[in-house]
Amino acid sequence: MSTDTPRGSDAELSTEETAELLKRIEELETEVADLRTEVDEDSNKMVIIATKGTLDMAYPPLILASTAAAFGYDVTVFHTFWGLEILHEENSKDLKLSSVGNPNMPVPNVIAALPGMDRMTTRMMRGKIAGNDVASVEELIETSLDQGVDLQACQMTIDLLGYDEDDFYDGVTTGVGAASAFQEMEDADIQLLV
Amino acid sequence: MSTDTTETVDVKGQNCPMPVIKTKGAFDDLVAGETLEVVATDSGSMSDIKGWAESTDDAELLDQKEATENGEAVYRHYVQKTE
Repeated sequence: MSTDTPRGSDAELSTEETAELLKRIEELETEVADLRTEVDEDSNKMVIIATKGTLDMAYPPLILASTAAAFGYDVTVFHTFWGLEILHEENSKDLKLSSVGNPNMPVPNVIAALPGMDRMTTRMMRGKIAGNDVASVEELIETSLDQGVDLQACQMTIDLLGYDEDDFYDGVTTGVGAASAFQEMEDADIQLLV
Repeated sequence: MSTDTTETVDVKGQNCPMPVIKTKGAFDDLVAGETLEVVATDSGSMSDIKGWAESTDDAELLDQKEATENGEAVYRHYVQKTE
């Protein structure tokens, strides 16, 4: 019978009804305990989609990924479009900063657009990074891989940009696409697009 | 020093996120009851290591100290493995 049948305030439960309710409580307690075990066993998971390949935008995904790993998270970073540059062993050492369209730059756009300006602002930024004890992109990649972060390179954009699987750091996962990224995001507690 | 430590990890001269990552790495090698000392120069480590310890089930932050050593600010953190 249904347990939510409305009753008058003077109604009393029969012995069978009480037994049935007690049995139901026991079943629910078991179910809650099972769910709790399941939740505890499931480790936390974070997925980041990294889409940018400039020097400044290489840092947020790598710093968050390695930090989350230190918090015990399973972490996947899916690199697509210009985000691939971060995982490209050669290009990652030469990521640039754009001086145009960045209002935080100390020079106006008309000057920032002159040839050689990106190189200059990039050099300034690299100087600041080194001077402030901030790790290099390469160090953060190695640290992330050491911690078991799954750094993935989107196969479609590898093909689109004409890269080879060997161009990437050892330990980078290739041969993955949007569906596998989505599947991981579905299971994740935190999903970020950077 | 008031806190007995088993291991020390030196992350002086390293900025975010390395102090937390190195802390986690060294912490994993401890057994229950042991205490890790982390020595950092990153002022953000005060908040970061506290946050990490609060979110980590078997870590308890026993103490955090700030001192000036050889003209630079040094932050010492004491994290105990509880189980």
